Amino acid sequence: MNDATMHAIGVEAIGIGKRFGAFNALSDVSMKVHPATVHGLLGENGAGKSTLVKCLLGYYRADEGSLLVDDKEVTIERPADADALGLGMVYQHFTLVPSMTVAENLVMARRNVPGVIDWRSELAQLEDFMRGMPFKVPLTVEAGSLAAGERQKTEIVKQLYLQRRFLVLDEPTSVLTPQEADEMLGLVRDLAHSGQLTIVIITHKLKEVAKFVDEVTVLRRGKFAGAGLVRSLGPTDLTAMMIGEPHAPADPERLGAPVNEVRLEVRDLRTANDGGRAGLSVDHLTVNAHEIVGIAGVSGNGQKDLLEVLGGQQPMQSGTIAVDGTPYGATRAESQALHVRVLPEEPLRNGCVPGMSVVDNLALRSFDRGETKTPRRWLDRAGMAARARSMIQAYGIRAPSAEVPIGVLSGGNVQRCVLARELDGVVRLLIVANPCFGLDVKAVAETRARIMAARNAGTAVLLISEDLDEIMELSDRIVVMHGGKVVHEMPAAGADPQEIGKHMLGHG
Amino acid sequence: MTDAVIATTPPTVATGGGDALYPIRHLLEALVAPMLALAVAASLFSVFLLALGQSPLDFVDLVWRGAFGSWFSWQNTLQRAAPLLLTALCVALPGQLGLVIIGGEAAVVLGGLAATLIALPVAGAGPFIVLPLMALAGSAMGGLWIGLTGWLRARLGVNETIASLVLAYIGMAIFNHLVEGPFRDPASLNKPSTYGIGDGNMLGAIPVLEVHPGIPVGIIVCIACWVLVFRSSAGFAGRVTGGNLRAARLQGLPVSALMIASCVLGGACAGLAGTIEVAAEYGRANASLAAGYGYTGILIAFLARFNPIAILPMAVLLGGLGAAGGLLQRRMGLPDATVQVLQGMIFVSILASETFYGRIRWFQPRGNG
Repeated sequence: MNDATMHAIGVEAIGIGKRFGAFNALSDVSMKVHPATVHGLLGENGAGKSTLVKCLLGYYRADEGSLLVDDKEVTIERPADADALGLGMVYQHFTLVPSMTVAENLVMARRNVPGVIDWRSELAQLEDFMRGMPFKVPLTVEAGSLAAGERQKTEIVKQLYLQRRFLVLDEPTSVLTPQEADEMLGLVRDLAHSGQLTIVIITHKLKEVAKFVDEVTVLRRGKFAGAGLVRSLGPTDLTAMMIGEPHAPADPERLGAPVNEVRLEVRDLRTANDGGRAGLSVDHLTVNAHEIVGIAGVSGNGQKDLLEVLGGQQPMQSGTIAVDGTPYGATRAESQALHVRVLPEEPLRNGCVPGMSVVDNLALRSFDRGETKTPRRWLDRAGMAARARSMIQAYGIRAPSAEVPIGVLSGGNVQRCVLARELDGVVRLLIVANPCFGLDVKAVAETRARIMAARNAGTAVLLISEDLDEIMELSDRIVVMHGGKVVHEMPAAGADPQEIGKHMLGHG
Repeated sequence: MTDAVIATTPPTVATGGGDALYPIRHLLEALVAPMLALAVAASLFSVFLLALGQSPLDFVDLVWRGAFGSWFSWQNTLQRAAPLLLTALCVALPGQLGLVIIGGEAAVVLGGLAATLIALPVAGAGPFIVLPLMALAGSAMGGLWIGLTGWLRARLGVNETIASLVLAYIGMAIFNHLVEGPFRDPASLNKPSTYGIGDGNMLGAIPVLEVHPGIPVGIIVCIACWVLVFRSSAGFAGRVTGGNLRAARLQGLPVSALMIASCVLGGACAGLAGTIEVAAEYGRANASLAAGYGYTGILIAFLARFNPIAILPMAVLLGGLGAAGGLLQRRMGLPDATVQVLQGMIFVSILASETFYGRIRWFQPRGNG
């Protein structure tokens, strides 16, 4: 290929079907992507979005249906076929090698890397290539030291460098600040509208769809649920197509104001530096009763360390953590005595034992304590099963049986199990991390409603989330972290996302 | 072109009921997988035998006769199975916490040595004093030795498999040094040994059945360990730790203490195995203790998938293979290492069979989820 043939290509998938064993991941799904447009591929988790694009890109072979590229039928059997046609994808998780420079990453990704690389001429060619790009990325900087937004741009530049003319972006803004997301999507849209590139964005953020996308295809449970021009579809139509119900679940209701009673107090917390990354340095952080404090920040600015320290998985160098005025070291005895609970992100990975039964997993908090809080040396199997039954009932957990390993349940049901377990009984402090990561719309609404209900009942909630919308929706107070420090604090009511975004990047 | 298309038929919603039979199928899966692995290992071993010009059928026949054909061969089998019950626990108990300990051999010999040494000064006090003391010293020594591995893993993050293996070499060297040096009975010429604990203090075979006394001890300890693992709060906490370390930490479980405790208990079992070998077989500590029971125990624990009850049949199976070894050598002219070749093939097949779980749809839960 040379520059003369570089133009955006159109792709059409017709009647695609894909089965995994007896499970129909896709049945009779069609999607028409016009050249030089931004196309949104919408749907909840498990709707078949990634299966569809993987069929397009040759990672899977569709069992049925056909693919057209620029109106000509093509067979894509392996990724190399898609590559030759100019189809590419940017994954949600970065695929750059962090210890290599941007230039090295770009050259390495090429298929015909020479045995001996003449870096001087390669760099000259790369600089040439970069001049034709609508956005610049530094060539000689290590990929690992780039900010998330820069890395995302580098991934896109890499695809252009590889002469891809049709690009799938998988949840491209999930790790970006609002500013970075707007900038990146704007650039991508301009690229498409200038006729160089066709873009498919996999997303569930309807705001972004309204602002940057021309046309959408919506999938629901592996089937085609609708398609059309964004300008003629409102958010309600899109939501209805995505979840199959006319109304999105209502936002949880906030009742009453925070009480001036400090439940969690963190003072002068310091942790060790980790491989060059600064440790935590939190001077003061409090959460009151009846209050949700949201911790906002770009991924990797100390939120995870804070969670680990509060969860007892990482030691602190100095400082104090107190719950209800009592020093708290996150041991089991302390968390039971002070009623501290944790909702971790990715509940199956962090909060459950996948190979143990639903009954056992629901008992993780209580198996060693009797009704009267006395230590229990021998398991009360009948009591565990009875409590599990009532939790399964109360939280609407769908499981083939309470004795199946929890790992076989769907993500939403695993989350319900963890919610049931962690919100059972008296909860004075609830620590929550990215609770809705990877859940579908209904499960997200349910999770947020449960957290809000706990807050309304008087629980102090510390919410650590990478989803700024979630923080804005749930919090009473917002704290911004950057470089392991608390850099800003504001009431959530009337908070401006652009302002928060600035603090997240360390400006302001 | 129309501006928007909305699918008219709503996608069907999956429905389904409960799956009451799942626990039974789950159990079957746990039985079928090792059986398949044994079948694969048997086929591979048949090829090996055919290459040596021997008939696999003759081999099976001989193993059967050598291991289970008569009460005499049963006694021989059980005599070998007795220490294996305990050495397998040395792998299975830490295994429940996700630790792979392969250094049980050192805990056996050091346990046997400690038991012997404690018996020597009090040998005159009679078996009712001497034997409990020996059991105490032997299991304490074994527990200490494997506990050291657990401590290295829990506190310093040292890989427990490597640490236990290296410590096994060190332990064997210490054992050899002590037996051949400071504690050697000068009368033991060909096979350096310690002084004897005295015939009066030896543990006799079970009356009437003439079975190795380690068998009832091993069975009781296996059952006790099963109860501990599956019915006690501490065992539950241990299984949580083994199933997901992150979840265990988040629940505030004392994971370091649990890891060390499981290693101490496992080591104590192996040390007890050494003690019983001394008390029932040799009457003194010498190189006979290092008969490879610690290593065969690894294979048994994996065959049993770390379940203390499942160790019982597996130990008898492997004990039987060992018992038939001599007969195989004599009748078929097979090399001494033949049984080890078979054990190795079984081990590899068992490890490979781990990928079997969850693959066969029939064993999986049905309905909603």
